[in-house]
Amino acid sequence: MLFTYVTYKIIWWALVGGVLTLYAWTAGFDLGIGALLPFIARKNDERRVLINVIGPTWDGNQVWLVFGGGAIFAVWPAVYATVFSGFYEAMLLVLWSLFLRPIGFEYRAKIQNAIWQKTWDWALFVGSAIPAIVLGVAFGNLMRGVPIHFDDTYRSFYDGTFWQLLNPFGLLCGLVSFSMFVAHGANLLLMRTDGIIKQRCWKASRAFSILFMLCFATAGVWIACGFMGYKLVYLPTHPQADMFKTIVHTVPSGLLANYSVYHWMVIAPMLGFAGGLLSLCAGFVRKAVASFIGSMLMILGAVLTFGFSMFPFIVPSITNPNQSLTLWNAASGVYSLSVLFWVAIFVLPTIGLYTLWVYAKMWDIISSETIAEQGHELY
Amino acid sequence: MVASPAVVELSRLQFAVTALYHFLFVPLTLGLSWLLVIMEACYVITDKPIYKDMTRFWGKLFGINFAMGVVTGLTLEFQFGQNWAYFSQYIGNIFGVPLAVEGMVAFMLESTFIGIFFFGWDKVGKVQHLFSTFFLAIGSSLSALVILVANGWMQNPVGATFNYHTLRMDLNSWSQLWLNSDAQVRFVHTIAAGYVTGSLFVLGISAFYLLRGRDLAFAKRSFVIAAGFGLAATLSVIYLGDANGVEVATHQKAKLAAMEAEWNTAPAPAPWNLIAWPNQAKQKNDFSLQLPWAMGVLITHSLDTQVEGLNPIMAHNKLRIKRGMRAYDLLQKLRAGDPSPQLLAEFKKYQPDLGYGLLLKRYTEKVTDATPAQINMATKDSIPNVQILFWTFRIMVACGFFILWIFILANVFWLRDTVWNKRWFLRLTLYSIPLPWIAAEMGWTVAEVGRQPWVVNGILPTFMGTSSVSTSQLHLSLAGFIIFYTGLFFVEMFLMFKYARLGPSSLHTGKYHFETIAHK
Repeated sequence: MLFTYVTYKIIWWALVGGVLTLYAWTAGFDLGIGALLPFIARKNDERRVLINVIGPTWDGNQVWLVFGGGAIFAVWPAVYATVFSGFYEAMLLVLWSLFLRPIGFEYRAKIQNAIWQKTWDWALFVGSAIPAIVLGVAFGNLMRGVPIHFDDTYRSFYDGTFWQLLNPFGLLCGLVSFSMFVAHGANLLLMRTDGIIKQRCWKASRAFSILFMLCFATAGVWIACGFMGYKLVYLPTHPQADMFKTIVHTVPSGLLANYSVYHWMVIAPMLGFAGGLLSLCAGFVRKAVASFIGSMLMILGAVLTFGFSMFPFIVPSITNPNQSLTLWNAASGVYSLSVLFWVAIFVLPTIGLYTLWVYAKMWDIISSETIAEQGHELY
Repeated sequence: MVASPAVVELSRLQFAVTALYHFLFVPLTLGLSWLLVIMEACYVITDKPIYKDMTRFWGKLFGINFAMGVVTGLTLEFQFGQNWAYFSQYIGNIFGVPLAVEGMVAFMLESTFIGIFFFGWDKVGKVQHLFSTFFLAIGSSLSALVILVANGWMQNPVGATFNYHTLRMDLNSWSQLWLNSDAQVRFVHTIAAGYVTGSLFVLGISAFYLLRGRDLAFAKRSFVIAAGFGLAATLSVIYLGDANGVEVATHQKAKLAAMEAEWNTAPAPAPWNLIAWPNQAKQKNDFSLQLPWAMGVLITHSLDTQVEGLNPIMAHNKLRIKRGMRAYDLLQKLRAGDPSPQLLAEFKKYQPDLGYGLLLKRYTEKVTDATPAQINMATKDSIPNVQILFWTFRIMVACGFFILWIFILANVFWLRDTVWNKRWFLRLTLYSIPLPWIAAEMGWTVAEVGRQPWVVNGILPTFMGTSSVSTSQLHLSLAGFIIFYTGLFFVEMFLMFKYARLGPSSLHTGKYHFETIAHK
């Protein structure tokens, strides 16, 4: 084995973060464009422009979520089990919303009927906006801590309700993810459309970049003003130790603790703000590519801020802090972590190459004229 | 604390509904993708536009089906964690690995190149497009490989050990996981079944155009490609199905005995129950029609190997349950304090039967205090439902051989150039389209019901695998799935029928039936 167990645990923490970032970078603009669909595209051909911008690539982008889920299953089985069963209704909400997207894209243009198509436009809106919000709400609740406990056979129990997930901090994080995905979607459209749609996208990009920075800052201030976080006080050194021999305390502003130890981590929230500003300012001088880079940085900053603030926690327990899941006690065996690492090392760069090839081949400005000319071949 | 029986039953029902529903769309994706590759290869080689039209038209139907496959597949990925949390945690170390590989290797390939397949006709070169279609097909087939490696491990759990510190299974051999003979055989059986589904779909719809006398050049070419590919695929399914039987005879004796409704071990070569009415409560068949020697020959491929009956299997399981109680007791002692080498050695000796001890959890939380009556009940639980297995297996096999005859006749008739006017045969082909689906659904029922009472064979009982969710949560999700899936089913079928009826005219090339009529 090339690395130690501890190293593999950290590598996989970083890799899961990387996959989440890739999901947010790619499917993020798909969700954002879906959420903007009924508003910045009013006529049928305008809506088809938006759908066909992401038409050839939405499916591959969504696979990052599938891979992310599979990776969490394999490397942190306890996290996968606890979160998916604990957030039962929220997961159904995301899942059922995501149902609407593949069907909407594929079936919308298959029947030439205005009511049919308008219905699917709204279905695509719902299927995009809800996951964009609920994913943020879920991450917000992870930061806050989740009411979970385990019995002596390590069976997990969720001691809360769905409605408790909709607490103010969770909803604020939902707004953070929603605004960042919508800004990212608008920024992609700036590069791939023209005319009236592009004009509307400048406005959307600006508004949602500002909203992102406001919400992101509010969350930071809230945490600094004593929002409860978690501190790992004792960690058994034996790598095979029972899962919950750890001792965890709750401390005010605990989510900031890592930043005072590792000062360089401050770069994460700074990236988030820098990205927001870039997205906003590039909009004033009409630089679409710079705006898009801005929203990429926004997303990277937000994901890193989440990871750095939480480290080493993944699912802290608000009711039984000692039974919190961390990357130390939730990880799979070293063998699973290492074989999957080797697969990932070879496969992920390959995915990068062919995905970029597909993007390069399909990269084009789409306009109402494109739809008029090639309508029956498109979505 | 294990979940209530109501939670277990609802979770199982939901998984059965969503998994069987998902597999309505998978086989067509598996098979049609390779037919698209063949058609497009013909186009690239011959440069005849009709082959491009074929690829694009059958590709349209492929797309209608594919979207449903994506949607229903997402459900399964969510559901392991949502409804089978304890299972996920207990075996995530192993089962999660192929699932992660599936996302990374198979789905990514399939889902990225499908964009080029649909929208890249004018944006990439002909050969590049053919390769994209090829990657789409290989991605689909790889996803079947990976999921059958995962499922094969649940049927025959190799390459893993129990970790008493973390109370879960740990992977210790990557190669055993992938080279699991059970997984290999079932993978080829399953994808070949998908290829049969795709072939009969194209064959039957082409027969419809021939019956209507429409787009004959298009329909004949499609018919011939599907007939050839389908015959090869059907022979593979049947050959591998037979090999699968041998695998089951080795690793899952109870499943085999239940498929054949054999309660007591018959002397070799055993007779075969052609038809029977199994009675689980009385542990015998109320009625059976037997063919002498046939089971010995069919299953063991020999005249002197016995097939163990369910009653002796249960007697053996009872011993394992008792050893499992001992294993459970030792596990409690190990976890209570520092383990001595003697204790560890003894636990190691009994550990292979730990899963059998867990079967008692349904009756007593403590396991070690089980009464003889409870042990007897757990013993009765240790074999699958014979009635379901016996009949689903027979329906699957009957469909398989019927399909084989269709493909043999299709090839004979087209080679003689007589099929185009054999209206009875064309009609038969058209109405046979649902058969591969029925066979596939029955096949999965045999595989999964036959593994009961285990979710991981011999290791984790199904009733222990569920999440700590409430029945009201399950009612909500089950109702939601049924409503969503019923609605989507009608929409999908509507579109499928609409476009299949429309045929290649839907491509707007101006060359096909409805377009030429409109111009006249």
